[in-house]
Amino acid sequence: MNGTLTTGDISGATALGSIAATEKTVFDHIHSWLVTVDHKRLGLMYIIYALVFFVVAGIEASLIRIQLAAPNNHFLSPQVFNQLFTMHGTTMVFLVGMPMIFGFANYLVPLMIGARDLAFPRLNAFGFWLSVFGGLLLYFSFIGGEGMTGAGSAPDVGWFAYAPLTGKAFSKGHSTDYWILGIMIGGFGSIATAANIITTILCMRCRGMTLAKMPLLAWLNLIMCGMVLIAVSPLTAAQIMLLLDRFAGSHFFDTQAGGSATLWMHFFWIFGHPEVYVLIIPAFAFASEIIPVFSRKAIFGYPVMVGATLAIAFVSLSVWAHHMFTIGMSSTSNTFFAVSTMMVGIPTGIKIFNWLGTMWGGKLRFDTPMLFSTAFLFQFLIAGLTGIMLAAAPFNWQLNDSYFVIAHFHFVLVGALIFMIFAAVYYWFPKATGRLLSERFGKWHFWLFLIGFHMTFVTMHIPGILGMPRRIYTYEAGRGWGIWNLICTIGVAFQVIGTLIFVINILLSLRKGRPAGNDPWDAWTLEWSTSSPPPEYNFAEIPAVKSRRPLWDIKHPSDPDWKYE
Amino acid sequence: MNATTATIPFETRSAATGAVPLESSADWSPSKGVVGMTCLIIAESAIFTIFVVAYLYYLGKDLSGPTPRQVLDLPILNSICLLSSSATITFALRSLRNGNTKKFNFWWLVTIALGAYFLLGTGREWHHLIHDKGLTIQTNLFGTTFYSLVGLHASHVIIGLLALSIVMAFAITGAVKREHAERVHVLGLYWHFVDVVWVVVFTVVYIIGR
Repeated sequence: MNGTLTTGDISGATALGSIAATEKTVFDHIHSWLVTVDHKRLGLMYIIYALVFFVVAGIEASLIRIQLAAPNNHFLSPQVFNQLFTMHGTTMVFLVGMPMIFGFANYLVPLMIGARDLAFPRLNAFGFWLSVFGGLLLYFSFIGGEGMTGAGSAPDVGWFAYAPLTGKAFSKGHSTDYWILGIMIGGFGSIATAANIITTILCMRCRGMTLAKMPLLAWLNLIMCGMVLIAVSPLTAAQIMLLLDRFAGSHFFDTQAGGSATLWMHFFWIFGHPEVYVLIIPAFAFASEIIPVFSRKAIFGYPVMVGATLAIAFVSLSVWAHHMFTIGMSSTSNTFFAVSTMMVGIPTGIKIFNWLGTMWGGKLRFDTPMLFSTAFLFQFLIAGLTGIMLAAAPFNWQLNDSYFVIAHFHFVLVGALIFMIFAAVYYWFPKATGRLLSERFGKWHFWLFLIGFHMTFVTMHIPGILGMPRRIYTYEAGRGWGIWNLICTIGVAFQVIGTLIFVINILLSLRKGRPAGNDPWDAWTLEWSTSSPPPEYNFAEIPAVKSRRPLWDIKHPSDPDWKYE
Repeated sequence: MNATTATIPFETRSAATGAVPLESSADWSPSKGVVGMTCLIIAESAIFTIFVVAYLYYLGKDLSGPTPRQVLDLPILNSICLLSSSATITFALRSLRNGNTKKFNFWWLVTIALGAYFLLGTGREWHHLIHDKGLTIQTNLFGTTFYSLVGLHASHVIIGLLALSIVMAFAITGAVKREHAERVHVLGLYWHFVDVVWVVVFTVVYIIGR
């Protein structure tokens, strides 16, 4: 339908690459993955690594929900409960969220800007293996937390590890040290990869691709990586201090010797809040690529989208103390952090309107990626609204550390981030494997997960408002919390089944999926111009572009984008 | 509907420009090394900022002595050495760009010597503080923040010296040539950063804090 597209010499070059792959043993294949510096393989390994830990942390969450399903339940002991919520939170943020977004950035950024690899391929492999080592170190605590001689114990200090609980006096053994070291090493990997992606985007764009013609995914990943540099380092610094406290006997967070527990809170949330945006900006990036393609329209308000993301990144660096309203700050501080937090709503609102503007009047196609993206829009809006509620300091005093907060940030991290990760997997799976995921399974996955998600997390607001604090391992009957917790737990079952269908879909489609071709969605960015899966060198010839939608220009030579941009 | 299967050629391929260079040539294309090192410096700056904030936050909050004024002396000679090493590394790089490798080797060696002298001075200062004044990292908040901030900087000097020494080892064997100026320049950026951090640490610890 798109006129006379001839087969260029790219496909010829692809055939060349596959000749070498004929006489290899299984061991050779494993070896080649272990020593690879190819951004696509590293990207896939990041994503698989994140999916494995997604299942692990999902099991931890399910155990937590089973324990809370009924009052006075003794399915888990309090000690195990503490370990599970610590490991669930830590794993989801550091071993699922971070590797997932870096996996997609790794895979997609060079393909979308017309480059052959990241700027520093070996540094890229180094960053990945550091992340893996950090994750394994954290999970080794289950068998090694008390040292090799004692029974193991996972960290149980919560994912934000408040002082003075983490001090040597209160956290004996080494479980807290595994938390510190595992996360710190993963952090080094994140900083290395972020620097790598920034350098790639700034130095290796193909001819004609000015910053203003980059796909939004590249722009948003550039901003995300800049935030990683500024936001992850404070956590590293604070963790160095905590290590010194625990091993060298210093007094940073030792309140007995004049140290301050509040300072840890500040340092942690100086990392912790921007971290939320580090995780959510890639979700915006996926939405900004997927929604236009399935609306058959160019993104609405490209420059405003970039500006709004920059504004979110900038403002989000000055909102951290909204996690700390209850410690008793001055009213000036309370006002400042409440106002700055609410200000984040302005650029975020602009982005939601722009996505809606993209869909408005478009020829919408509701394939699975678009279904997840549409749900993301609604759910992210609700997450933002409860966020603004929590930004009001007096309201926050009432609900801080209650299940209302848990419901709020799970709307962000599951309702927005995980939904967009699913969308991205459905959208780019054909590029990475050459086969489409099954739409039928995809729709089952979507609806089951959607129903389960809302059963769990819409309901979870209510026990929060009724006063149920987070991190309690059980509660008395007669509080009025039981029925709501039961509904939350039933919702988890739907999410688990949905996720199982997703995993089965991936495994089946890898073998039997419909062949995708280069460009199954009729999309417009450069990654769809090369074969699926792309050859090791991505492009036989480095492309040159004239507009933000280079493939549109080629498919519609009579009406190219560059005439209007 | 052949758009889904056909490989799409780029119109520019017919532009008869010959081989397309491996690296891109976008509108603005800075050196990869410089951008990468800048990213590292930004991340490191954030780490140092947190340590400096902790130092200032705990200043004067000690429950027991000694205080900075009682035990700290101004490390003037030390600071002069480290800061002038920023100048000598610039001389070295200029020589390398001009292709004068002998001069490069000389100035590079001077840079290493100045950095090593600084490290030695810090070692002597710590020895004095620990053995004569009884200040360790466990003594009080001043000890905690002082040793960690100055120690963090010193560890960066050590890493810098290791990297400079590796380049020196190559330079002695004659492997560092004019065309490597860009790469060596990237290492130079790190060294300048270490020096600038010292200006901040000096100001915070020895001027504001004393």
